[in-house]
Amino acid sequence: MRRVTWFNTTSLTLGFTFLYLPMLILIVYSFNRSELVTVWAGFSTKWYGELIRNEAFLDAAWVTLQVAVVSSTVATVLGTMAALTMVRAGRFWGRTLFSGMIYAPLVMPEVITGLSLLLLFIGIGLDRGVFTIILAHTTFSMCYVSVVVSSRLATFDRSLEEAAFDLGCSPGEAFRLVTLPIIAPAVISGWLLAFTLSLDDLVIASFTAGPSATTLPIKIWSSIRLGVSPEINALSTILIAIVATGVVTASLITKRASLRLQAEERAAEQQA
Amino acid sequence: MRRFALIVLPYAWLLALFLVPFIIVLKISLSDIALSIPPYTPTLDLSAGWEGTKRFFAGLDFENFVFLTTDDLYWKAYLSSLRIAAVATFLTLLVGYPIAYGMANAPDHWRPTLMMLVILPFWTSFLIRVYSWMGILSGEGYLNQLLLALGAISEPLTILNTNIAVYIGIVYTYLPFMILPIYAALERMDASLLEAAEDLGCSRLTAFWLVTFPLSRNGVVAGCFLVFIPTVGEFVIPALLGGSKTLMIGKVLWDEFFKNRDWPVASAVAVILLLILIIPIVLFQRNEQKQREAEG
Repeated sequence: MRRVTWFNTTSLTLGFTFLYLPMLILIVYSFNRSELVTVWAGFSTKWYGELIRNEAFLDAAWVTLQVAVVSSTVATVLGTMAALTMVRAGRFWGRTLFSGMIYAPLVMPEVITGLSLLLLFIGIGLDRGVFTIILAHTTFSMCYVSVVVSSRLATFDRSLEEAAFDLGCSPGEAFRLVTLPIIAPAVISGWLLAFTLSLDDLVIASFTAGPSATTLPIKIWSSIRLGVSPEINALSTILIAIVATGVVTASLITKRASLRLQAEERAAEQQA
Repeated sequence: MRRFALIVLPYAWLLALFLVPFIIVLKISLSDIALSIPPYTPTLDLSAGWEGTKRFFAGLDFENFVFLTTDDLYWKAYLSSLRIAAVATFLTLLVGYPIAYGMANAPDHWRPTLMMLVILPFWTSFLIRVYSWMGILSGEGYLNQLLLALGAISEPLTILNTNIAVYIGIVYTYLPFMILPIYAALERMDASLLEAAEDLGCSRLTAFWLVTFPLSRNGVVAGCFLVFIPTVGEFVIPALLGGSKTLMIGKVLWDEFFKNRDWPVASAVAVILLLILIIPIVLFQRNEQKQREAEG
């Protein structure tokens, strides 16, 4: 029995207002003509124009995108391998250490992760730049991917794989034709998570970037430390719009996929 | 063979880029600051053989840790971080619980949408979400404009660059981490238990305290850890919303490294922070494991 009471309605209304109002204000004021961010002086899209002409922001956005695509892809491969190991390998030497290393980065303060990676890169004489940010992001994202994929693997019915073996599949074929399609939604959400974590990261990137590479969060950081700026409001609005579109599209696709799966299952039952 | 490769690659990656860096931090925390590249001594010189290794270990000491205890900036920063994190976690629970409760009791067809609305901010840039409060809380910000227009205050309130702004920032950015585990626990709850409690004469409120809340305890504990642990070492929120009086260890570490360029002290700060966090991290993992076992 679910109850719609005044208490529930109020707490949801207040809660979601709290979550969304600050971002809404940011979006509205990104269309403000005034130089003074907090004083409304009429509608204008001039800050978006300024942003597009700002080479430094565009360069930073390009670096960020490269880092995010490469690191999330490598992290997805490594994280899926780690998840398969965690769920299926049984006991092996150093298993506790392995699972500790998978879970620890999830709760590790970013300043520590950043500092330790920087000291490693300097220790082995690796020049800091795009490559070192990719290494750093891959390392913490693979842990998130592995947690997401393991939770899907834990409920995976292994008899499906055994059936594939019985029908003459090699282990590689069984993985590609049976396991991977079933865990695909988790792998994709792991990739998306890794991608957004990388886009978003300021602290670890600041430690590992060095002077030659600047990511978008580092650029945003250096300009907002001095206070609120209309250009950053415009940039934030664009980023919020991209994320919102992505999340809504992804959830619609998963919903349609699950509906199709249900329909197929029903059809298969009827045939049987 | 295939299975061996499956284990080795992620294992080796994590050893090289997670464990080894920590050993380096530990080692540098025992070194001394020096005007050289890299800016600390001693450095391990394997080409000098056994003698070099012995000289290296002889050069390590606990001086930086002694320094951390003599300068009260550091232990005050640790204590203040723990206090801010604890208060902020409690506030997040107060704000998050009613939202999770409302979600769990919402009509079934609303729930996927509500879920997405909680997760959406989590995908949005953390930096931007913290930044959005700078315009609201500043002296001539939207909140002060509103309160002045309503006549509630006669002078602008100073909120930005105080601990209050830090609390608001933490509650705002970490709220989804609190809501989701509590919602998951409440959603699984069998509503007939509440009916039974009410049939047995409990009031709504007593039924909540005796039935609902204890059953959601695992979610509450998980949510509190998920907020508390990362908040202790938080850097962005105190740096943007906090003031000169806001003392948090993440910011101290950052300044020690980027401003003072004292790598050994920064490393020692990191080592102690990690030692402090190990207790809640282990407790959190135990709680998760217990829950997994209870479900499986």
